[in-house]
Amino acid sequence: MNKLKKALKLFIVFFKIGAFTFGGGYAMIPLIQHEVCDKNKWITEEDILDIVAIAESTPGPIAINSATFVGYKICGILGSTAATLGVVVPSFLTMLCIFFLLDKFQEQPVVQYAFLGIRACVLALVIKALISMYKKCAKTWVSYTVIAFSVIMSVVISEFVEINTFYIILSCAVFGLISYSILRRRAKK
Amino acid sequence: MIIFKLLELFWAFFKIGAFTFGGGLAMLKLAQDVVLEKGWLQPDQIVNFVALSESTPGPFAINMATYVGADEQGFKGALFATLGVVLPSFIVILIVAHFYKQFQNSHIVKGLMTGLKPTAIGLIASAVISMGITVFFPDGFTTQIFSTQQFYISIAIFAISLFLVFFKKLKIPPVLIICISAVLGIAAGYIFDIPLA
Repeated sequence: MNKLKKALKLFIVFFKIGAFTFGGGYAMIPLIQHEVCDKNKWITEEDILDIVAIAESTPGPIAINSATFVGYKICGILGSTAATLGVVVPSFLTMLCIFFLLDKFQEQPVVQYAFLGIRACVLALVIKALISMYKKCAKTWVSYTVIAFSVIMSVVISEFVEINTFYIILSCAVFGLISYSILRRRAKK
Repeated sequence: MIIFKLLELFWAFFKIGAFTFGGGLAMLKLAQDVVLEKGWLQPDQIVNFVALSESTPGPFAINMATYVGADEQGFKGALFATLGVVLPSFIVILIVAHFYKQFQNSHIVKGLMTGLKPTAIGLIASAVISMGITVFFPDGFTTQIFSTQQFYISIAIFAISLFLVFFKKLKIPPVLIICISAVLGIAAGYIFDIPLA
């Protein structure tokens, strides 16, 4: 199969994946596995695990990271462009449609009442996501310290002083690095 | 100048994309900060938006960028913002893909991640808190809120949603729970004739 054909196939496969996953990146992994390993045999099951690990430790949404990575493994930069475009285009188009619909109808009482209910519901959904993320996180004093630090900084302290979230992220990364090195050195001894 | 507005959108979302670790929702706090500071969305619009994102396909980040971009500058704005949020991931992955085995085993990466993973959790928690305030106390903390029907209706719908979300045997997809809460909101709104802002 020539390169262009492969890229087109990648675009179509990731378009399907993008169009049928609700609820973000992790929901997408089994679909990627099905399309990319089982159906098209582009990469092995083992590689999929690598991809998840890489996608988690690089910035940006899991969906984009895995699409770019799979695309690159299969046919280079062309492949990663095709796969990434594929995964982005469905949400882009859906969101544009929703935006223009909403722009027209958001003044309607029905829509406003609906959102009154939806806003309360979303809170429950995000709490659920928060809890499942917490369950997956390593239960160490480093984690607890970082969680406490970022909550206190971004909720309590930011009431009094303006704190940029970027700095909270940066300082937690540095703190993680330092405590990791200390713990590793101690383990060696 | 429209081009400056477009570049501003691009850059804002580029930064958000570059600093988000641990998937879409981890982005919520950063996006809240940036979008509120620039005055692109109101707090309640952000919560609405999270609902839209949960009930449409695709990653949260893309949905957010497209929506805010479109709201500010129409189609072009959507394009620039989306491009901005995608590019950091795209570039980083292209670089990492060459030596991903070394990357995975690198102690520096592991060290950074021991800090970054829990930060994502802390930041989502703080996004939940500010969303909670928006939902239950839209006009700030006043005692008046306890005499409005809206407050109690929000609490009731929140409790029902919590039950539906955590009741595993039912296995209701999130989209359906959002639809149910929308219907409840509409019903309550008309029955109690809640005043609109």
